[in-house]
Amino acid sequence: MTAHTVVTVPDDVVSGTSTSNLVPDARGSRVPSPWHLVLIPITFVLLVPLLWMLITSLETPDEAAQFPPTLVPHAIRWTNYPDALNAAPFGQFFLNSAIVAVIVVLSNLVLCSLAGYAFARLRFPGKSLLFASLMVTLMVPFQVTMIPEFLIVKWLGINVASGVGIDHLGALIVPNLVTAFGIFFLRQFFRTIPVELEEAARIDGTSRIGVLFKIVLPLSLPALSTLAALTFLDSWNNFLWPLIVIDSQSNMTLPLGLTFFQSAHATQWTLLMAGNVMSLLPMLVIFFAAQRYFVRSVAATGLKG
Amino acid sequence: MAQVELRNVTRRYGSDVFALRELSLDVADGEFIIMVGPSGCGKSTALRLLAGLDKPTSGDILIGGRVVNSMDPGERDIAMVFQNYALYPHMSVYRNLAYGLRQRKTPKHEVDERVRRTSAMLGLESLLERKPAQLSGGQRQRVAMGRALVREPQVFLLDEPLSNLDAKLRSEVRGQLKQLHRRLGITTIYVTHDQVEAMTLGDRICVMSEGASQQLGSPQEIYESPANTFVAGFMGSPAMNLARVPVVDGQVMWGGLSVSRVGPGLDEVTVGVRPESFRIVGADETAAIAIVDFVEPLGSHNLVHVRMEVGGGDPRAGERQVQTDELVVVQVPAKERPTPGTRIHLAIDPTAVFLFHAESGVALTGVECSRVAHTS
Repeated sequence: MTAHTVVTVPDDVVSGTSTSNLVPDARGSRVPSPWHLVLIPITFVLLVPLLWMLITSLETPDEAAQFPPTLVPHAIRWTNYPDALNAAPFGQFFLNSAIVAVIVVLSNLVLCSLAGYAFARLRFPGKSLLFASLMVTLMVPFQVTMIPEFLIVKWLGINVASGVGIDHLGALIVPNLVTAFGIFFLRQFFRTIPVELEEAARIDGTSRIGVLFKIVLPLSLPALSTLAALTFLDSWNNFLWPLIVIDSQSNMTLPLGLTFFQSAHATQWTLLMAGNVMSLLPMLVIFFAAQRYFVRSVAATGLKG
Repeated sequence: MAQVELRNVTRRYGSDVFALRELSLDVADGEFIIMVGPSGCGKSTALRLLAGLDKPTSGDILIGGRVVNSMDPGERDIAMVFQNYALYPHMSVYRNLAYGLRQRKTPKHEVDERVRRTSAMLGLESLLERKPAQLSGGQRQRVAMGRALVREPQVFLLDEPLSNLDAKLRSEVRGQLKQLHRRLGITTIYVTHDQVEAMTLGDRICVMSEGASQQLGSPQEIYESPANTFVAGFMGSPAMNLARVPVVDGQVMWGGLSVSRVGPGLDEVTVGVRPESFRIVGADETAAIAIVDFVEPLGSHNLVHVRMEVGGGDPRAGERQVQTDELVVVQVPAKERPTPGTRIHLAIDPTAVFLFHAESGVALTGVECSRVAHTS
């Protein structure tokens, strides 16, 4: 459930790629548009679960258990936070989540750039077929592939390196090193970069790979930062896959660790929500940092205009 | 600097789309050559093949005597100016200029010196720290030129470099380009669809159509003796009037007038007369007769669009005349402004009549035709 609450955030921000209408226009006018009548209620609907989570994290267990929910706590109970931290090795979970997310983000940026560029610009036999099969894998839900994926990871752990096997952090990293979505996303962006820029660089003596790193990638910062944020989110929020492959507490990530507060008979809602708030903070930071890239257009294309 | 040679170069897409057919072209060291033609004629393909951005299906490309078919663009020691300039948007003007030199591991002080020298030559000194987005169209064009010049390449390739400038700036830069070439003497291949640029800039012009060279020659040759109707119709503004007319007893008849004479065996030819080779004369002179359709005043002169009267007898005797559907453009001095709908008499300079084979469009040579003063 928490995962869903959080996943709504990227949708909101991704739609922000077209939110140039929210930015004051060149003339500086801030005239309310009729769209605001639609957008404001939607924003409210999206914010309610987050607010509820925040409020619950500051309530007593009694208040949190009531329905309809108590929206104004009688006393603000900060102790939920240290309690949650003490109830489980949160530092370890946090570190594990960060290690996995950072490695997955970096490798996605590198590998998806390379593959996306190849699909965008290079000519090679079987390109269309390869790209089509890549697209098909996007349509297959994770629930369909998780068992084969589990078996592959298990095999890798036994036959290749134990670090990437079941119940290791590597098992969370390796299957996500590169994603079909990332390749597709960057390919689409690369195709919008005028090919003359690349040709000019070739004539200036740059190699093909040099063109990617010196011309294409610097011009793709908005796309790269968007991909980085989305990948980070996916990795940070991933619950099902860690649940399947991780057993030992020392290798758990945050979403998995939060289940400490849930048991078959009772859930410690206040501590769970306090943990959720804490696990949400890094993502909020990343979003606010990356947001200007989402909004920024590629206006500076250097071509005529 | 180097000479450039294309030897029977063909570029085919798929099995039957020919962008270039067996194109051969010799460009001398230091020459300024123009490739001109309508869009889709293969001129840009030829340039891309020279630059190494595309590979020929067959034939050889030589730069400085070396076959460069399989060389990367960066190894060919050429520079290219793109139609849309293709400046690197994320780099300052300075870095745009320096990029090619840095890629070639030129020592830093030399890069700096050459960038300064080139930017001084093109008047870019005050813009070096700006990004391309902060420049005007004319400034971007100069940066694009600078980026090509700073490398001091053997061959300079330009792909419609002036087409994104406004008319005034275009003629200004055209003049600068010519001076620049005279000063630096770099072998230059310039692609354009603008025949004014072709006529004013080139040492020689290669007129292209449908992937093949139609004529190669100096601007004067192209203008004064076009090889075929395509060249005749393409070069010159306004375009040469071309009309398919009958030959009666060896006389080429147009507008009720014998404009030339041809040898036996031809009963139809295409006659070509440039707009400036007409003159409005009085009714008493022997002249072709035409009805004025409309007049375009251009200040320095007027363009009169007329329909020739063909066939039939003597209009002065009131006999019925047949008019052609095709408009003929006549250039007259500004003070002459005939009223639409009226009949005018047009004398044609007999030395300025071009004759082409009616079917093939190839120019008829002296053996087949002899230009004569119009009969009286």
